[in-house]
Amino acid sequence: MIFLTRRATFSASHYYWNESWPAEKNERVFGRCANRNGHGHNYMLEVTMAGEPDPVTGFVVDLKWLKGVMEREVLSAYDHKHLNLDVPEFKQVIPTTENIAIAAWKRLEPVVTAAEGARLSRIRVYETPEIFAEYRGEA
Amino acid sequence: MKAYFGRRYMLSASHRLHTPVLTAEANRAAYGKCNNEHGHGHNYFVEVLVGGAVDAETGMVVDLVALDDKVRTQVLDRFDHANLNLDPLFLDRVPTTENFCKTIFDLLHDALPAGELEHVRVEETENNFFECSARG
Repeated sequence: MIFLTRRATFSASHYYWNESWPAEKNERVFGRCANRNGHGHNYMLEVTMAGEPDPVTGFVVDLKWLKGVMEREVLSAYDHKHLNLDVPEFKQVIPTTENIAIAAWKRLEPVVTAAEGARLSRIRVYETPEIFAEYRGEA
Repeated sequence: MKAYFGRRYMLSASHRLHTPVLTAEANRAAYGKCNNEHGHGHNYFVEVLVGGAVDAETGMVVDLVALDDKVRTQVLDRFDHANLNLDPLFLDRVPTTENFCKTIFDLLHDALPAGELEHVRVEETENNFFECSARG
């Protein structure tokens, strides 16, 4: 089994806020991330596919194709956007790094599993070079 | 839904790769320049990955501040700006980055809630790194 990873970056703003909590609790739990005017990051998205190299091309998947899928399914929705205000899945779900990884999986998985022979193995989202989250499709 | 949260930390430490089990010549053959008598140092990057259910209210797997606190007290306070060979945990083990990675994994595994630690990666330089995983 070979694991192939493609990286892409996007820049977006967000804030952390649970509408069912009073302001005081949001500020205590989320700290500076609760600032309702938002803040932003240069995110790095890593998409890892698992599969065997094709006997003819030697590819697990075509990287150019994967780049296009990532741009179409994720970057076009997230890049230079306010995640809370501009992205449908974050109207009700807080755009933490964990939830962004899960949401990117949900966007990509139905498309990339159509690619014969390879499966989506892991999504990693870096919020900063020191902070990241991963989702592996687990329940 | 299970997800993973990762964090990178840096610590600077010195070490010398040398074992009393081998002769001086055999140590030099095994460890090369890492066997230099007076040691040398690295900026180690430690990647800690923890897993768990994403909390429905916070959208988070763990509390970042609590994780930072555990890593600081268990790992950074102990090893940052220290000589690894002089730490009691390395008195009879060579502080290779393999052993250092396992040591950090064990310290954090004991300090964090059961089942939370997924893996530890220690990067000794930008060209080599070592991983220790809960999956064995």
